[in-house]
Amino acid sequence: MIDGSNEDRMKSVHKVEIIISNLLRTGVVTSLAVIVIGTVVSFIRHPDYLTSHTELNRLTTPGAAFPSSIPELVNGLKSFQGRSMVLLGLLILIATPVLRVAVSIVAFIYQKDRVFVLITTVVLVLLLLSFVLGKAGG
Amino acid sequence: MTPLVFTLLTFAISIVAGVLGSLLGLGGGIIVVPVLTLLLHIDIRYAIGASIVSVIATSSGAAAAYVRERLTNLRVAMVLEIATTLGALSGAFLAGVIGGRWLYIIFGLVLAYSSIAMFRKRHDAPQAELPGDWLADRLKLHDSYFDQATEQETPYRVTHTPLGFVLMYIAGVVSGLLGIGSGALKVPAMDLAMRLPIKVSTATSNFMIGVTAAASAGVYFARGDIDPFVAAPVAAGVVIGAVAGSHFLGKIQSKNIRVLFVIVLLWVSVQMLWKGVRFA
Repeated sequence: MIDGSNEDRMKSVHKVEIIISNLLRTGVVTSLAVIVIGTVVSFIRHPDYLTSHTELNRLTTPGAAFPSSIPELVNGLKSFQGRSMVLLGLLILIATPVLRVAVSIVAFIYQKDRVFVLITTVVLVLLLLSFVLGKAGG
Repeated sequence: MTPLVFTLLTFAISIVAGVLGSLLGLGGGIIVVPVLTLLLHIDIRYAIGASIVSVIATSSGAAAAYVRERLTNLRVAMVLEIATTLGALSGAFLAGVIGGRWLYIIFGLVLAYSSIAMFRKRHDAPQAELPGDWLADRLKLHDSYFDQATEQETPYRVTHTPLGFVLMYIAGVVSGLLGIGSGALKVPAMDLAMRLPIKVSTATSNFMIGVTAAASAGVYFARGDIDPFVAAPVAAGVVIGAVAGSHFLGKIQSKNIRVLFVIVLLWVSVQMLWKGVRFA
């Protein structure tokens, strides 16, 4: 049926898939937990969120107060701010696909698949480039 | 409306968006943005910020299952990600050079055409007489997946890889320019040009859209467009919906996935054309 080397190749391919799958699952579960905790903390610290009809407007119109840089985020986390915890969870979520590309490179190195090590590295470089250029432009 | 009611309502609607997005390889922004802006009167900036988050949530939430079940073709995804990220980069530079109105109209027409072409393909025998493709052979893109609906290991071949690459570049440019619709172009490109099975196309698109969105999400965060109060229930709901949806895709008949995709694609194309016509 299948010769030995081919079977080995299939096995190692499957290993790559399981590694990537586990990474995605871990990223998603972690970020979900942090987001939920952050939301609960927000509601506990601001009991008026349960009853007030004016607060929503303040929270969701431009100019609403929340961190938009890492130092602000760290400060918010230090003072146990719910919204900063939520943002941390969102950043974990955003980082997951980038990390996935990085881990794929390692997986292809392990499989000794040079062409795909190159392809995946190019993707990672383009991705990081868009981060840098985006920051410069934005 | 109290913040509590807003959070619960957004969470519930986002679950639906996550299920649909994970089945069809789309971001879920097509549901999240109109609901947030039209129904809940959230500022468009924060709605778009939340929708970028929802794309990543759909992608990562569902991909864990799709990759494990080998519905995602990892090698095709990696090759095409070069094209989409390059396209997204060019799109960011072209923004402002190319006018919005015609882009929406052209994009709307392309999607309308794609949905008709995909609908007409519904009775085709899968993979009948495919032309050879040296690049797909060289990169070992051909693969197989286990179709839980027919309970068969289904081998498939990939074709027209260079054309697929060009179409993905265009998909990347459009999403970089308009900030939307990357999945809506990716699935037709894989289905019509590269001739992947429909489930493999939506699962592979689902896998790729996360990377494209992550590239721009950092910018949205730095610009202060990701409001944690809006994005939290969206992210949580979409993740849960996507994880749930990912357990169905394998079991649903391919033809039903195709028809559902066509309906949603027509809806997106109408939205695009409408935006183009009413462009201010």
